Amino acid sequence: MGIEIEQPCVQLSKVAVSETHGEDSPYFAGWKAYDENPYDELTNPSGVIQMGLAENQVSFDLLEKYLEEHSEASTWGKGAPGFRENALFQDYHGLKSFRTAMASFMEQIRGGRAKFDPERVVLTAGATAANELLTFIIANPGEALLVPTPYYPGFDRDLRWRTGVNIVPIHCDSSNNFQITPEALEAAYKEAEEKNTRVKGVLITNPSNPLGATIQRRVLENILDFVTRKNIHLVSDEIYSGSVFSSSEFVSVAEILESRGYKNSERVHIVYSLSKDLGLPGFRVGTIYSYNDKVVTTARRMSSFTLISSQTQHLLASMLSDKSFTEKYIKTNRERLRKRYQMMVEGLKSVGIECLKGNAGLFCWMNLSPLLENKATREGELELWNAILHEVKLNISPGSSCHCSEPGWFRVCFANMSEQTLDVALDRIRSFMERIRKY
Amino acid sequence: MAVDHQTQLLSKIAIGDGHAEASPYFDGWKAYDEDPFHPTNNPNGVIQMGLAENQLTSDLVEDWIVSNPEASICTPEGVADFKAIANFQDYHGLPEFRNTVAKFMGRTRGNRVTFDPDRVVMSGGATGAHEVVAFCLADPGDAFLVPIPYYPGFDRDLRWRTGVQLVPIKCESSNNFKLTRQALEAAYEKAKEDNIRVKGVLITNPSNPLGTVMDRNTLRTVLSFINEKRIHLVCDEIYAATVFSHPSFISIAEILEEDTDIECDHDLIHIVYSLSKDMGFPGFRVGIIYSYNDAVVNCARKMSSFGLVSTHTQYLLASMLSDEDFVERFLQESAKRLSQRYRVFTSGLAKVGIKCLQSNAGLFVWMDLRHLLKKPTFESEMELWRVIIHEVKINVSPGSSFHCPEAGWFRVCHANMDDRAVQVALQRIRNFVLQNKEVNKKPCWQSNLRLSLKARRFEEIMMSPHSPIPRSPLVKATN
Repeated sequence: MGIEIEQPCVQLSKVAVSETHGEDSPYFAGWKAYDENPYDELTNPSGVIQMGLAENQVSFDLLEKYLEEHSEASTWGKGAPGFRENALFQDYHGLKSFRTAMASFMEQIRGGRAKFDPERVVLTAGATAANELLTFIIANPGEALLVPTPYYPGFDRDLRWRTGVNIVPIHCDSSNNFQITPEALEAAYKEAEEKNTRVKGVLITNPSNPLGATIQRRVLENILDFVTRKNIHLVSDEIYSGSVFSSSEFVSVAEILESRGYKNSERVHIVYSLSKDLGLPGFRVGTIYSYNDKVVTTARRMSSFTLISSQTQHLLASMLSDKSFTEKYIKTNRERLRKRYQMMVEGLKSVGIECLKGNAGLFCWMNLSPLLENKATREGELELWNAILHEVKLNISPGSSCHCSEPGWFRVCFANMSEQTLDVALDRIRSFMERIRKY
Repeated sequence: MAVDHQTQLLSKIAIGDGHAEASPYFDGWKAYDEDPFHPTNNPNGVIQMGLAENQLTSDLVEDWIVSNPEASICTPEGVADFKAIANFQDYHGLPEFRNTVAKFMGRTRGNRVTFDPDRVVMSGGATGAHEVVAFCLADPGDAFLVPIPYYPGFDRDLRWRTGVQLVPIKCESSNNFKLTRQALEAAYEKAKEDNIRVKGVLITNPSNPLGTVMDRNTLRTVLSFINEKRIHLVCDEIYAATVFSHPSFISIAEILEEDTDIECDHDLIHIVYSLSKDMGFPGFRVGIIYSYNDAVVNCARKMSSFGLVSTHTQYLLASMLSDEDFVERFLQESAKRLSQRYRVFTSGLAKVGIKCLQSNAGLFVWMDLRHLLKKPTFESEMELWRVIIHEVKINVSPGSSFHCPEAGWFRVCHANMDDRAVQVALQRIRNFVLQNKEVNKKPCWQSNLRLSLKARRFEEIMMSPHSPIPRSPLVKATN
């Protein structure tokens, strides 16, 4: 018998073999520990509590009540004649009724301070797809988007993986509550220039993930002026806009554009989704709202790869156009999130842990840098993170996974569990802090 | 059109025409959009026969939906599961969804093969599936070999954002457009000559636009070929359950499992599937990638984050497809109705001397109008096509939009309308052909041209904000 010559593997693409999907980051590693030993109030009270997943579970009862009173079956009409049309509907413009309902929902969230035209609403299967799609449209492979740190770890995949586009960080730090400064913007732009990388836009998340805070008006105005001067795009991911605890504290880039008479607005694009505000991540409902006609047309064509199920569009069109429901929902949701935040922050404060002052989102940005002492490094942070994961049995997200330049910060989610579970989590943190103090 | 300085701000992908909408495939839809046929409100409107939709079995699905309110999480009967389902965003998909899809795929292949639920990966329709597979298997500049004629959407799905190329494999009407070993070799060699790296072959079986199934020998030939060249094979089996008569459909999965005399590296084989055609749910965006290559399954699954199926829909379909009695009845009835529709339509055409390629699958026929062409050229085909749209008032798809190497062929969809509309369409065609026969020398449409589209270029037409995907004749305006 001859020597067996191993057949060379037929290669997959460079994109396929790269690691830019980012799943090897600690952001996802903690989930493994959780998956293997998930907390359950009754069956596994000593399991790992998942605080690394920004989900909104505090307002499901409101949705359930709506559905009980407005059955999907009935919205298809007598028998199910509307079902056939709905099942056949694959027009990438999306259901007009749904686009209209989304536009009006976005207006309500902003307290009517900005208007949204349903003709500019492009639908995608989630904000994940929306962000990638916009990147394909505004940047070529090798070019870059400037993104303020710390940022949502998923951007590494969404903005870079298949697009070949780079992220150049805009460094923010705790000295001014991580706000984006004009100097930081210029420095990031320069850094890209020095690397011979052409910058095509700035991508901000407002309210911010992971900071849990809205961006102030004058900072937004600075950013708008900056992108106009450099003649580049601005993408504003406003996925947490409905999760601001107090409506008046959120300023959308849409409001500023409106107040400026939409001058220079063709470079601005807003990303939104129902995954956080309505707690429906499984339904894959994302939108791109662009002030640029060509971007709207192109994004719409590209959305063919990632349309929203017409069944889901139909259901949500009904729900979101019911103004009395949405008003009540938005108000109640905000209030409940604010209460959770309060509970979390006060609980942490009582054991000497400070958080960044936040006013939005499903998480708080916790400062454990005092615990790092002489190990104020990324390694020190990861050691602490490991200890919290395996000893305290809490999965939280280390700042380094969000590209935070300062070690010691952690994102802790509080809206994806019951109040009782949050209590248990706070208790565990309390015990942990007491243990540490003994040493 | 002024090139705004701001369009320079956009990427090459955005500015280019890789979206492939400047094709006559979409052009005829505009005529339909502007003047859509309706049996009572607009009986002289354009009949849409350019859209491959399956509407013949919607009533069966509707009945099931009404009888199973708990299959929806948005009814009082099903709302108890709402929270868990709405919150579930795992890109593996609901286990029950994956299981029932795998079972359904087996069932539509007569249970001659089984599919592993762990290899079922979701995507945004077959459109999304093709793009993901291209991203996984090929780098920008690489190519797939595709037999012509092929579905126009491939030009966008496989090329636009991926930078991948398509190289045609020539198929001839002289042997009913069968795929041959010589044609495969010729296409491969041509690519090599042009310094293009070939990464795979893409076949659609059953074929769009031909409506034929590949026989066992052809499938075996393709399998040997790709193994020899060490390239991938992507099989789009989106029309698997639209086969309505003999010969039966043979999936590549069956060849893999049964024809073990052919040496085949399973890592090269990938199937694209969807429920859009077999079940008639294009709106639900249920695309499936089924790969025998673990690395591709993993990679495609990660990429599926960009196009997951709504869990709202996953849940409904898992319930529906697990109702085995329903599935059995549905598949039988669907084949029966498609067969009947095919017979009615083709015999109606035959009565006026119009032949179609003999087929036994799909939602369309491949109609032969070569004898009506002024000259055997694509210009003549376009002229004839414009007449069919504007005088006969039927939107059909010209073969050139499918990259057919020979002029005179047209794809005509017949499963997206009721019996009445089919009769109206046949009547119009009958009238048109008979009018032609009265003028002995030249076809009358040559001397009696009323071509409103004559002066306009396709690009201008495509500036329309209209989606190329229109609503079907029976769909009333819901918005």
